[in-house]
Amino acid sequence: MITRMKGACMITDFFIQDFFTRALIAGVGVALVAGPAGCFIVWRRMAYFGDTMAHSALLGVALGLLLGLDPILGVLAVSIVLALILAGMGANRTLASDTVLGILSHSALSLGMIALSLMQGIRLDLMVYLFGDLLSVGMTDIYLVLGGGGVSLALLMVLWRPLLAMTVHEELARAEGVNVALVRVGFMLLIAFLIAAAMKITGALLITSLLLIPAACARRFANGPEMMAALAALFGAAAVTGGLYGSLHFDTPTGPSIVLAALLLFLGSLLAGRRRSM
Amino acid sequence: MTLDSTPLVGAAGLDLSLGGRRILAHVDVSIGPGEIITLIGPNGAGKSTLVRVLLGLVRPDHGKVVRRAGLRIGYLPQKFVIDAVLPLSVARLMTLTCRATRTEIEAALDETGVAHLVGAQVQTLSGGELQRVLLARALLSNPDLLVLDEPVQGVDFGGQAELYRLIGDIRDRRGCAILMVSHDLHLVMAQTDRVLCLNQHLCCAGTPAMVAKDPEYLRLFGPRAAEAFALYAHGPHGHDHVHTLSGEVAPVDHAHEGRLHDH
Repeated sequence: MITRMKGACMITDFFIQDFFTRALIAGVGVALVAGPAGCFIVWRRMAYFGDTMAHSALLGVALGLLLGLDPILGVLAVSIVLALILAGMGANRTLASDTVLGILSHSALSLGMIALSLMQGIRLDLMVYLFGDLLSVGMTDIYLVLGGGGVSLALLMVLWRPLLAMTVHEELARAEGVNVALVRVGFMLLIAFLIAAAMKITGALLITSLLLIPAACARRFANGPEMMAALAALFGAAAVTGGLYGSLHFDTPTGPSIVLAALLLFLGSLLAGRRRSM
Repeated sequence: MTLDSTPLVGAAGLDLSLGGRRILAHVDVSIGPGEIITLIGPNGAGKSTLVRVLLGLVRPDHGKVVRRAGLRIGYLPQKFVIDAVLPLSVARLMTLTCRATRTEIEAALDETGVAHLVGAQVQTLSGGELQRVLLARALLSNPDLLVLDEPVQGVDFGGQAELYRLIGDIRDRRGCAILMVSHDLHLVMAQTDRVLCLNQHLCCAGTPAMVAKDPEYLRLFGPRAAEAFALYAHGPHGHDHVHTLSGEVAPVDHAHEGRLHDH
């Protein structure tokens, strides 16, 4: 990702004038990290957690606009705060965690919508924040997206082994010296950075699909966690590329086009997986 | 193994209540280098909880646990289920918490007799295979202390004695201490240095022969105690009756002696 960033800087003036190339770089960059990170979301059954974090991004957009910052920075700030709150929240004895996350998720979304609607004098297209607008990615966005993606990737590489250990058996990992609380916070921060980076690509409502669908596609072809992560990165990149071309060709919104491309890959993986197991 | 004889893990005055229920009361435990300690007790006696307190997974209400600095622990948990959504081979499971070369991985699997499973997916293993793989995994980090919570669960009766023998061999070969939780007293006796009999508090402790004679133990483990005597031949008197869990004296059914009773 670092070399990718440097590369992006160097060739900026020559090639990235083209909006489509910019979209492709940002989208594929995020997908390459979202795939492996999404494997943990799938393995750890944290889809609701991903949704909650993603939906809160809208609140971040409102905050960013209110403070006159780039909305992505607002998203990052809100996601980090929420990640720390969720990581610090102990297991509730009387409510299941998916119930708590479901309440938070929709409350954050509603709060964000209301905050945006109350803002005077700001004309904005809500659809962009809900469903993404990859084709409007400018150079600043590319740096922000690749920066956020790069931080996520670095965190993922550092956390990989302990995170996998506690995913397989949390008490075993703890007993053998893994600092479970620290790794959990690290993973939640990773997701926070990733969501900030992915906001432009699929928007708050569809971010979780970039995490879940490529990982689900990869499961049938993988015989180890590392292989599943690598395949998920490839499937994610393929979905973004396919979605972008589809969006251009059929003149459809990019975020939903990417999700549908991912869905097609998933359906294809089901068929291929069935043939493999026969 | 160092010659240092200070305990690997020492715990004193452990008290723990969960949800208003007393789980542990005034428990003292000390695990010395190289010794095999077996923790026995009826269901709900707090055996697994005590293990988790000693491992530092649960904080006691009172009392303290001291682990020797730099202590390496290999842990075989009571429940180990891997979701089918996570693809995981035996080889990858082995390096879950430590790095190891392929040769080291195969050597550890060989030590527990399952080297041929190195490429298998964990979800496809039988109960006995899984326990042996998990034992090999716990050995891979070359631990000072092995903690085995019900190591023979899911293993058929013939395999249980074999697995206990293997655990005894591992201690003899490596000199690591072993803390083991078990229901099957009559099988573990030959491999155990010290038995701790737990029922919220420590009812009795000592060598297997001493514990087997202890009235507290007989009260808790009536019918099983008789089996243990039958196998161990240390009965204090001609044993023609057993004590049921309620303390009543019941005649021994000799046809069942030495078999696994299901209570």
